[in-house]
Amino acid sequence: MAKRKATINQKQCVACGCCMKVCPRGAIAIPNGVCAQVDKGLCVGCGLCARECPASVIALEEVAE
Amino acid sequence: MKQKKRWYDYLWIASLTYLILGFFNILFAWLELLCFFIPLLIAVIKGNKAYCNKYCGRGQLFSLVGGRFGLSRKKDVPQWIKSAYFRYGFLIFFFTMFFLMLWNTYLVFAGARDLRTTVTLLWTFKLPWHWAYHGTLFSDGVAQFAFGFYSVMLTSTVLGFVTMLLFKPRSWCVYCPMGTMTQLICKAKHTFSSRE
Ligand code: SF4
Ligand code: SF4
Ligand code: SF4
Repeated sequence: MAKRKATINQKQCVACGCCMKVCPRGAIAIPNGVCAQVDKGLCVGCGLCARECPASVIALEEVAE
Repeated sequence: MKQKKRWYDYLWIASLTYLILGFFNILFAWLELLCFFIPLLIAVIKGNKAYCNKYCGRGQLFSLVGGRFGLSRKKDVPQWIKSAYFRYGFLIFFFTMFFLMLWNTYLVFAGARDLRTTVTLLWTFKLPWHWAYHGTLFSDGVAQFAFGFYSVMLTSTVLGFVTMLLFKPRSWCVYCPMGTMTQLICKAKHTFSSRE
């Protein structure tokens, strides 16, 4: 079964960190203040980050296992 | 699952207190200069956006009022607000107005202009604010700067509030000049250091 993982459109990410704050798995980091990155190994696809992101640049995408 | 609250998750109280204090004594506006220099210093020295990511009380205030209290439609911001043109354009506009404010302050310092005890909202509307002015020990310019700086802060709060209501709670963060600028600094610093 395919799993859903958060994917960030890094071009439009403003690096505000809202996603990082709500992620229950601590799967998001913003290295060097440039833009957010998801650790796909930790992400469980709950979608909290996507709901929170003020720029709405996070999508949940199906990834094949 | 709720995350553990840390001390800096309460900095919204400081932001709110600051706004309220400005109603009573405009000179408190000088305090907010910290919220101007700290993010920049963190970006320049540390090369990250820890200020936005952790400490910014204004962002917390918006997520509290818009998120927890639900005063937000929670709709996506329109595409143009996210565009680089708008974000950088707003940054330039904001700083132009900021330097204009500094210039006016200078004129009062230099004695070329009298102190105006008004707060300018959205760069246009002059609100009477004389009740918050009880004289200063220093030059009138000190007070003029306070009025000017408080105007900037109130304006951004009002804009942030409107976009909070219309779109997502922290929509302000999409076009916040401080956020845009710290991200720019971080990007520049990162490109520069990864080239070495
Ligand atoms: S989808 Fe959930 S687990 Fe994955 S990054 Fe977003 S908040 Fe974290
Ligand atoms: S909430 Fe959205 S804009 Fe902010 S850092 Fe996360 S992905 Fe980027
Ligand atoms: S973008 Fe602006 S309002 Fe948002 S967290 Fe950063 S400094 Fe605060």
